[in-house]
Amino acid sequence: MSENLIKMIFGRLTLESFPLHEPIVVVTFAVVALMGMAVLGAITYFRLWGYLWREWFTTVDHKRIGIMYMILGIIMLLRGFADAIMMRLQQAMAFNGSEGYLNAHHYDQIFTAHGVIMIFFVAMPLVTGLMNYVVPLQIGARDVAFPFLNNFSFWMTVGGAVLVMMSLFVGEFARTGWLAYPPLSGAEASPGVGVDYYIWALQVAGVGTTLSGINLICTIVKMRAPGMAMMKMPVFTWTSLCTNVLIVATFPVLTATLVLLSLDRYVGTNFFTNDLGGNPMMYVNLIWIWGHPEVYILILPAFGIFSEVASTFSGKRLFGYTSMVYATVVITILSYLVWLHHFFTMGSGASVNSFFGITTMIISIPTGAKIFNWLFTMYRGRIRFELPMMWTIAFMLTFTIGGMTGVLLAVPPADFVLHNSLFLVAHFHNVIIGGVLYGLFAGITFWWPKAFGFKLDPFWGKVSFWLWVVGFFFAFMPLYVLGLMGVTRRLRVFDDPSLQIWFWLAGFGAFLIFCGIGAMLVQFAVSIMRREQLRDTTGDPWDGRTLEWATSSPPPDYNFAFTPVVYDNDAWWDMKKRGYERPMDGFKPIHMPKNTGVGVVIAGLSVALSVGLIWYIWWLAAVCFVAILAVAISHTFNYDRDFHIEADEVTRTEGARTKLLAAGE
Amino acid sequence: MSNVSERLRGIGQRIDHNPCGPIALTRFKYFLLLPLAVMLSGCNLVVLRPSGDVASQQANLIVISTVLMLIIIVPVMFLTVFFAWRYRAGNKEAKYEPDWDHSTHLELVIWAAPLLIIICLGALTWMWTHLLDPYRPLSRIAEGQPIEDAGDPLEVQVTALDWKWLFIYPEYGIASVNELAAPVNRPVRFRITSSSVMNSFYIPALAGQIYAMPGMETTLHGVINKPGEYTGFSANYSGDGFSGMHFAFHGLETAAFDTWVADTRAETGALDRTSYQELAKPSENVPVQKFGTVENNLFRFIRDRCVEPGKMCMDEMMAIDRNGGLGLAGVNLLQQPMVGDTAVRTALFGLKSNIVTGICTIEEQEAVADVGIAIGKPVNPDPLVGAGLARRSFLPFRAPMLDAQLQFSRPSGS
Amino acid sequence: MTASIPASANDKKPVFYQREEHGHAEGGSTMLGFWIYLMSDCLIFAVLFATYGVLGANYAAGPAPKDLFDLNLVALNTAMLLFSSITYGFAMLEMVKGNQKTTLIWLAVTGLFGLAFLGIELYEFHHLIEIGATPQRSAFLSAFFTLVGTHGLHVTFGIIWLVTLMVQVSRRGLIEANKRRLMCLSMFWHFLDVIWIGVFTFVYLMGMLR
Repeated sequence: MSENLIKMIFGRLTLESFPLHEPIVVVTFAVVALMGMAVLGAITYFRLWGYLWREWFTTVDHKRIGIMYMILGIIMLLRGFADAIMMRLQQAMAFNGSEGYLNAHHYDQIFTAHGVIMIFFVAMPLVTGLMNYVVPLQIGARDVAFPFLNNFSFWMTVGGAVLVMMSLFVGEFARTGWLAYPPLSGAEASPGVGVDYYIWALQVAGVGTTLSGINLICTIVKMRAPGMAMMKMPVFTWTSLCTNVLIVATFPVLTATLVLLSLDRYVGTNFFTNDLGGNPMMYVNLIWIWGHPEVYILILPAFGIFSEVASTFSGKRLFGYTSMVYATVVITILSYLVWLHHFFTMGSGASVNSFFGITTMIISIPTGAKIFNWLFTMYRGRIRFELPMMWTIAFMLTFTIGGMTGVLLAVPPADFVLHNSLFLVAHFHNVIIGGVLYGLFAGITFWWPKAFGFKLDPFWGKVSFWLWVVGFFFAFMPLYVLGLMGVTRRLRVFDDPSLQIWFWLAGFGAFLIFCGIGAMLVQFAVSIMRREQLRDTTGDPWDGRTLEWATSSPPPDYNFAFTPVVYDNDAWWDMKKRGYERPMDGFKPIHMPKNTGVGVVIAGLSVALSVGLIWYIWWLAAVCFVAILAVAISHTFNYDRDFHIEADEVTRTEGARTKLLAAGE
Repeated sequence: MSNVSERLRGIGQRIDHNPCGPIALTRFKYFLLLPLAVMLSGCNLVVLRPSGDVASQQANLIVISTVLMLIIIVPVMFLTVFFAWRYRAGNKEAKYEPDWDHSTHLELVIWAAPLLIIICLGALTWMWTHLLDPYRPLSRIAEGQPIEDAGDPLEVQVTALDWKWLFIYPEYGIASVNELAAPVNRPVRFRITSSSVMNSFYIPALAGQIYAMPGMETTLHGVINKPGEYTGFSANYSGDGFSGMHFAFHGLETAAFDTWVADTRAETGALDRTSYQELAKPSENVPVQKFGTVENNLFRFIRDRCVEPGKMCMDEMMAIDRNGGLGLAGVNLLQQPMVGDTAVRTALFGLKSNIVTGICTIEEQEAVADVGIAIGKPVNPDPLVGAGLARRSFLPFRAPMLDAQLQFSRPSGS
Repeated sequence: MTASIPASANDKKPVFYQREEHGHAEGGSTMLGFWIYLMSDCLIFAVLFATYGVLGANYAAGPAPKDLFDLNLVALNTAMLLFSSITYGFAMLEMVKGNQKTTLIWLAVTGLFGLAFLGIELYEFHHLIEIGATPQRSAFLSAFFTLVGTHGLHVTFGIIWLVTLMVQVSRRGLIEANKRRLMCLSMFWHFLDVIWIGVFTFVYLMGMLR
């Protein structure tokens, strides 16, 4: 009786669910717990809770939400990278009969978590964060179209990340690979909580991502400054638009697919089962219909960043703006027509395979055109080798290699020998690190002064840059070789001793990247400490070209005291050239949205709901579900959602900036 | 080193007919040589230097495609570095045109150049994807050795189990676990399925991989040209024991292969439905096992998921479904779930059964299974084009006709 | 890419900012945003339809559509939903005229039709499960229950939303914000109608033909 009661209260959560017998996990937990306590303690000691809650957690300001996304992405990067280091170490050790230091149970969780975290909780938040921060500024808007929704989206993304982190210490994460193919992820082969953590983490975060996609599309379509026609939008805004279109057009597919998988697991339906008419191949198709556009969701904003950076630091208009825009749109559309290249080896006929192989190759045409456009933007420019530009050049050299191996993998007969090999692993790290991550780093360095009012320290930035770039080549070139030696991915132990040297090299590369991440954190710390020397008072530290540089650094809550009018696609460059004068008076009250805590509450309830579903704690799930509905409905009864910044305050803020500008001259 | 240049010369000869090829090779031969040479000297790049004809052609394709792409990659990388250096802010001599942002001619070039390469590569892709389709029976044994009527290909029935490989040789009535053997220069036809989760059957030295999926059958054709011991493994992660899921593949001269068969036959182990169910239970790092006798049609029952007696075979179920199911009466064919291997526990509704009671007797099943599928053979290998084969003209758009000329055997379970 | 500068710009300095606060009318993007949301929802249904298309003939030697569906019942069900759409249309007409009371009445009628639809659907599901045609029986039934059930869940949420809006309209009247919300729900409601037409045709009618 009492056993049943305990089961009813705790579902399948038992004491054994806590991996107390796993020394690695316990140590990790202790470290994380200590660090967490230290942070929480510090916040309490300095009485920051109220400030954080009022000014940050409940904020609807796109700039603060953008910064919070970036912080989330960087924290999760540390976790994802810790997984990477553990894998590299295991693979470098497990030779000559050694089992390494990780058993299959751990190792399989680690590579799954690494993929999931890096894509969903590192790359996505960083990309979304940058778009959130920069796009409204670039189009001369005061905020996004739906500020509350923006806050809610962010907290849902955090909710997903919390679930993934939780799986480390309570229960386990999926042991299926980052896309959780059934039947392996079905109820029969994976009865544990791992796949359920995976499903609900992605579902919770996916809601946030979809909503933020809708939000940014509306922002870009509806809220551009007067005069900014579509073909006068900055390229980063264009790529953001395309990315968000892709998000809205693909994340629902992921959501629906995971719903079907969870129905198989929870209800016992037969979508992806082996028996009773199910078809696992359906899942593989569906997940890649989302999965392939996903990589373009990540890379397109990076392309936009490189465009802004190349043009700014070459002191020159972007070469071929029109063809750049068309290339972006073509990539957006084509990214839908290539998903099957992820499983040529499933045995579709030659005609199907070659169709998808060729569509894949066609994507390389607009991509190639883009590379040439950056090239000719540099041509006859005056290139300043500041950090963002260094990342851009490193990108152009690295990404082309990744692009080449990508096209190679798109040739089906070549894919038959390279599929799932370390060559493939090297390829997608080559494009994701060399493309997305370098782009994000360029973007962070580029827009940091806008967000905080001081530049990043260039010395530590360069240290980090070189460690990353060299580390990348050490870490992944050996994997290309290993792939050609016929070594497949996700192996835990190896027999052939001649492979080991390459794994050592790769491990060394990972160590360099580790130092690169360290240098980057040092860079942030040093820059914050030396912020007075690195201070930018102009709001335009790089001699920028687009509207975000027209306002102060950091921008005031309302972004622009008066809505700018745009005549050129390099709007700010044009304004500077033609004698723009800052308005000094005549300020009007500005209409702004109010902060709200509803987003945090609903996201928190969603996490609790997921925990209930993962651990079969049905009462918790039911209570949370009802609570979510109740909170959402009661939120709609609040009609008082905005306020005005008084004209006096605007005058004060702008006056302060005038003084600052005068002092700087 | 000599190996490399020999190899490259071979490729050069082969793609002489190819309009895209010669340019690629004459200009970038040496470029390619250096990194390849360095790498090749160090280790065994089995993917680029395989011992089977199919894999060799795939390796050639990798090299050709890479060379084609280098035509555009190398100038881009060179120009990146050159422009970055030439137009650095410190160099006041270089021209500075801050408003120059358009040139129709340049735009044409930057779109046309990748387009042309992709047209070449696309044509190659279409052609080679059809030629190297794993379902397509081989038309040659090695370069310059068209297939002769040397008998049917050796059929090997491959099952991916948790976590080991089972190979059944229907021709000889034998089976082995985690060891595969094939005679040199005799085409092999693998029929591949899986017992529970997805795997990928891959012997890099022999031919490209293909997925092994439960309830489905895929096919792979290959031929091994050099005797030796090679490795095969699963190339798709399949769970805890995945790392140990590899096997030795012996390419044997005919006499040695016959000995291998005879030795295996002499083994006392028998593989039938019962012992198969025992074998199929999850196990890791399984040593080699051999079975001197194999129950007739076992592979069909594995593929159709009806090794357990009384369970409806998938082919039977699909035939019924094609005729509109069994109506409401069919509801009762689903067996009651019982605690054990065959029932799955779902979160909300407890145990769930996967077993539909078969309505055919085992004898009837056997009778159906005995009517095998006719193995496709190229009707006339002559018009096929490809590296090493006589070629009439380079017309990639002829390739679709290959479909009509060939009899493909499709996966029957899908 | 040179800017198209107004002809006068050469003579005098161009205007680089707007002196007046035009701002963006509150909720100016709501309709567009809601449209995009509906399209994303449409994709969820697209996946479910595709899944039904692929798995819909896998009966696992069990019952097929012909053995299960009662077209009369489904036709009645369809009628309920279509009527609810018409009555929602009447509610919107009244809203435009500014008649709060009649708007509320028509909304209530819409809700009742919606409930009738759900009732019939639940009856159908109950009947199917009773005779053993459960979602677990075959891939066809899994796909059927999921597609139809997802639509039903949407209708359920639509009704909850409808009731919420009725309370809000009766409390605050037909203010701008409430009108905008009614417009959104209207789009949602008609969207569900369109999806149902697809379900009715693709699942029920074509299922009987198979």
